[in-house]
Amino acid sequence: MNLTYLILLPLFTAALVLLARNASQVKVISLLGSVAQLILSVGLYVAYRKEMVAGNTAQMFFEADYKWFPAWNIGFHIGVDGISVAMILLTAFVVVAGVLVSWNVSKMTKEFYFLLILLSLGAYGFFISLDLFVLFFFLEIAVIPKYLLIGVWGSGKKEYSANKLALMLMGGSALVLVGLLGLYFSYAGHSFDLMKLSSIHIPIQIQKICFPLLFVGFGVFTAIFPFHTWVPDGHSSAPTAGSMFLAGISMKLGGYGCLRVATFLMPDAAKEYATIIIILSSIAIIYGAFATMMQKDLKYINAYSSVSHCGFVLLGIGMLTQTALTGAVMQMVSHGLMTALFFAVIGMIYERTHTRMVQEMGGLLKVMPFIATTLFIVGLCSLGLPGLSGFVAEMTIFVGSWSHPDNFHRIATIIACMSIVVTAVYILRAIGQTAMGPLKEEYSTLTDAKWNEKAAVIVLLAGILAIGIAPGWLNDLVRPATEIITQKIGAVK
Amino acid sequence: MPNVIYILLIPILPFAAFLLLGLFGRKYIKNGAGIIGTLCMLIAAALALYIAYGYFFDYGKLDGVYRKIIPLKYNWLEFSPGISIDMGIVLDPISVMMLVVVTFISLMVHIYSLGYIKGEERFPTYYAFLGLFTFSMLGLVISTNIFQMYFFWELVGVSSFLLIGYYYDKPSAVAACKKAFIVTRFADLGFLIGILVLSYYGGTLDFNELIQRLASPESNEFKTAIASSFLGLSAITWGTVLVFIGGAGKSAMFPLHIWLPDAMEGPTPVSALIHAATMVVAGVFLVARLFPVFAISAPEALNLVGYVGAVSALFAAVIACTQTDIKRVLAYSTMSQIGYMMFALGVSGYGGEEGLGYTASMFHLFTHAMFKALLFLGAGAVIHYVHSNDMKDMGGLRKFMPVTHITFLIACLAIAGVPPFAGFFSKEEILLAAYQHNTSIYWIALITSGLTAFYMFRLYFNIFWNKEHHAHGEHHGEGGFVMMMPLILLAIGAAGAGFIHFGEFVSSDGAPLASVFHLQFSIAPVALGFAGILVAWILYKKQNDKPDKIAASVKSLYIAAYHKFYIDELYLFITKKILFNLIGRPVAWIDRHIVDGLMNAIGDLTRGIAELIKGFQSGKVQQYALYFLCGAVGLLLLFIYIWH
Amino acid sequence: MMEPGLYHILFISAGLFFIGVYGFLTRRNLITMLMSIELILNSVNLNFIAFNKYLWPGKLDGLFFTIFIIAIAAAEAAVAIAIIINLYRTHRSIDVEDAEQLKY
Repeated sequence: MNLTYLILLPLFTAALVLLARNASQVKVISLLGSVAQLILSVGLYVAYRKEMVAGNTAQMFFEADYKWFPAWNIGFHIGVDGISVAMILLTAFVVVAGVLVSWNVSKMTKEFYFLLILLSLGAYGFFISLDLFVLFFFLEIAVIPKYLLIGVWGSGKKEYSANKLALMLMGGSALVLVGLLGLYFSYAGHSFDLMKLSSIHIPIQIQKICFPLLFVGFGVFTAIFPFHTWVPDGHSSAPTAGSMFLAGISMKLGGYGCLRVATFLMPDAAKEYATIIIILSSIAIIYGAFATMMQKDLKYINAYSSVSHCGFVLLGIGMLTQTALTGAVMQMVSHGLMTALFFAVIGMIYERTHTRMVQEMGGLLKVMPFIATTLFIVGLCSLGLPGLSGFVAEMTIFVGSWSHPDNFHRIATIIACMSIVVTAVYILRAIGQTAMGPLKEEYSTLTDAKWNEKAAVIVLLAGILAIGIAPGWLNDLVRPATEIITQKIGAVK
Repeated sequence: MPNVIYILLIPILPFAAFLLLGLFGRKYIKNGAGIIGTLCMLIAAALALYIAYGYFFDYGKLDGVYRKIIPLKYNWLEFSPGISIDMGIVLDPISVMMLVVVTFISLMVHIYSLGYIKGEERFPTYYAFLGLFTFSMLGLVISTNIFQMYFFWELVGVSSFLLIGYYYDKPSAVAACKKAFIVTRFADLGFLIGILVLSYYGGTLDFNELIQRLASPESNEFKTAIASSFLGLSAITWGTVLVFIGGAGKSAMFPLHIWLPDAMEGPTPVSALIHAATMVVAGVFLVARLFPVFAISAPEALNLVGYVGAVSALFAAVIACTQTDIKRVLAYSTMSQIGYMMFALGVSGYGGEEGLGYTASMFHLFTHAMFKALLFLGAGAVIHYVHSNDMKDMGGLRKFMPVTHITFLIACLAIAGVPPFAGFFSKEEILLAAYQHNTSIYWIALITSGLTAFYMFRLYFNIFWNKEHHAHGEHHGEGGFVMMMPLILLAIGAAGAGFIHFGEFVSSDGAPLASVFHLQFSIAPVALGFAGILVAWILYKKQNDKPDKIAASVKSLYIAAYHKFYIDELYLFITKKILFNLIGRPVAWIDRHIVDGLMNAIGDLTRGIAELIKGFQSGKVQQYALYFLCGAVGLLLLFIYIWH
Repeated sequence: MMEPGLYHILFISAGLFFIGVYGFLTRRNLITMLMSIELILNSVNLNFIAFNKYLWPGKLDGLFFTIFIIAIAAAEAAVAIAIIINLYRTHRSIDVEDAEQLKY
């Protein structure tokens, strides 16, 4: 399988979108393009699976290395392992759903869809690149469209939010860039190549400087405490698809970077700084949960809960055991699907009620059973109901974290476990006040979901259920990849 | 050997009903929903009986001991080698017994609901939820793996949440379902951490292996677990206590019981199924499942189980005496009876005669399911008839509802422990076990059994005797055949279930336990039971002012009990004042103003510096030229004098 | 009469340069400022010629530079005057103080 198709297809779609004559053409092209991408991603999974069953033990599958800028040893080096395949699948699902829920965007439709496709292009490129410079390049591609999506199509104090988001993410990228350069020069003969860098032992002094830079830099994307404040503002101002992409894909770029670049390349420093990571992520988990409890705006609720849930990702990474790392990847996928669905539902509700304040709603289950039921399901997924994806991911992290016998890790795990109770409190508050209770007079004429909304929900729900009911496939996909990382960590004295 | 497909069908059928009715019920099935659900349940119940017959009388025994049969085990999620969540089926005496109980009660409730819920808008949804609940509960009882049990444990919780909130437009129902979910969720936190502790030291999540390793003093796992202690208690004790917290939450043990009375906001048949017969005994089942670990490795934890059970039994009985909402009286009586089951486990030992408490507990679970479901369904019929939950609106109904009256009376006699009804036998065993092992618990239990008789007959007389009922408006009778049939079937169970020699089938180690029956021992509890009935008869048979006078004479106690000893208020204080106001609000404030403030401050700082230095960009050409000149001269001087 | 030496010429060109700088910094009229720039340029020209003549008499580099600068100065003057005319069209003034929109 040639991985470049993963980039060429969105590029092609984006070009076609630019050439389209009217809004409906734009939508159809985007939908077809994103569905083709989804098929391609599933095909990638199948092909990967086949290779795995056939006994291929290479670390990266479908590798390809094109010369790009040989003078500086920058190559277009691509390849995937289980983690990347999982993230690519996540991206494909979220993009299809995002395209579907944006069907009603009437303002500058062409530009809107162009940016959506561009963002997905950045994400795909990010997940397949094995050259750190290319990786950084795609990371930036994924940031810029977000600024425009929020600034142009957003609501509320959108300029403030767009600036804040772009600046904080850019600040994160700046740290990443410095860290990457540090790695580049640490390799004899200078290289950005991930595989080459992983084959050498980077000097501990360089690790000690580069690891925090990279981890915090990528961490900003994943809402590491205390750099998470762009999350609530950014999400609440973004258009529905923007929020979905932001939480479903962009926040995962950071987690992937923390794992793939920071932890994988610099295991010594990861061990050194694990304590700090665990402390920060435990704070994010419980603190995000408590902050969510006090929110009244549905989007703020989901944004803060994302802070809490992404804390699990970082906690899993900080624990450095294979199970916990697997759990972290699973949590990324699970949270991506779940939170995208949550934002999609919030968008649907907002389109109808024209408010996102929970206390202004009530009894929506009566007039829009489909949407309200989806809200139930996604809420239950968020609080970790078995049978849905959240449970699988969280439990994997808990079990992985608990395998450290000392009290520090234990306490962090218990704190993380405690958040599931707080999560139950805020999710039930939100659901109870919006979907349940007496129906407000002014909402009695609202209608239920339309075809495109139903399709978007079904796409994402399919992903959530596929993980929740039969998590084995995802586990088998991710485990070999995390094993390599844990081996590197285990080799550290 | 059992056919796996048959066993598998028992949980799958209700699940299929759930999927079918949940996805298509609203639009396409509507009125057929009840029939579909009931049929699925009927087949499942028949299969369960078939399996139970096969297990107990055919292949279950090996060398005279009931063994564990694991016909199916599927690796669902592997965390690391050895530690994995397996979905499987285990057949042993308690799981087979629970299969029968759950399917039977569920079937009764399905049939009963055909009449009770008929004509409501969400009829298919109701049956879908019932299917989901039954599926989860069945999955729970056949768990081979502690995480599988947690999996279904949570599913049971959420289906309970959905069913309590069935009347979702009623604010009180919404509040109740949230409360039930959150309180049990809080308890589940204990369960989860307990699982983590036990699995870490046991090195497995499988029940069988876990018990083998942690309950045998020779194994290495046991030695390390006992040796590693925290705050003076061994790891196993911690693990089992935490697991028990989860069980206590589900089984509404003091002080995690507050959700149960509120859960009565759900439709009455749901209360019968979930909050009386099946889900609430899940905690007892959990302790029973891990019983060897409790009994052998963590006696402290088992003691805790005993005392929590006893305190809950008495506490709930006292409250039940003062409540006027008939469903709440039943809810507290449920809590009290589950307290019995709990402390029966708590006073039990492992193996042989020592294990009497275990057998008694399971026996009581079995009989209690019958008579408590019957009580709830009877109460449902009464509520259906008078359209009120309050016993003040009732009275003299015996003439109008003869079938309900007789069956209700049978259930009351059973729960009061009057021979020869079912409750007598099981309660007798429990008391005997308590008497042999722990006298203080025995005395509490004895007092409670007197109170039980009193409050149940207070309920009975208030509903069916007391003042005369004045038929207001036209009445639709007792409810049709579908509502009466379950009552009659359950009444037969409540009357006759006690004659089963339970010890032969269910015992702590699988070996049959001969039922012992001491006539002299039974005198005290039965006499107390009759005394309770007599007092209730005097006070409530006819309308009079004696109850009020008595209440007035112990005013403070009465008021405290009437307000459920202010436990709810305490919780409300903790959540509203502490959790929300002292933690949530400051955290949200800190986030917006301090953490985010810091981010904004960085932005503002940048802006401030820019503000300061932007004056240089004045737009005046000559100023620039001057700066340029100064710069050039400066550089020149630098070159001439400093550079060299 | 003594022939003027290098220092005399440098003295004159320095004077010319500072007159130009002074004029550029103090005059508000754009044309005058342009003239000041010409003065500065010519002082440079003078320097080139002088250095060429006194230090490397056999070479022509300085002369070439001077011619070059004169050509550039002519072009520059043309551009500058074009700008000034345009400025006058929009602002009705060629006072440099009036043209200060290009700022923060």
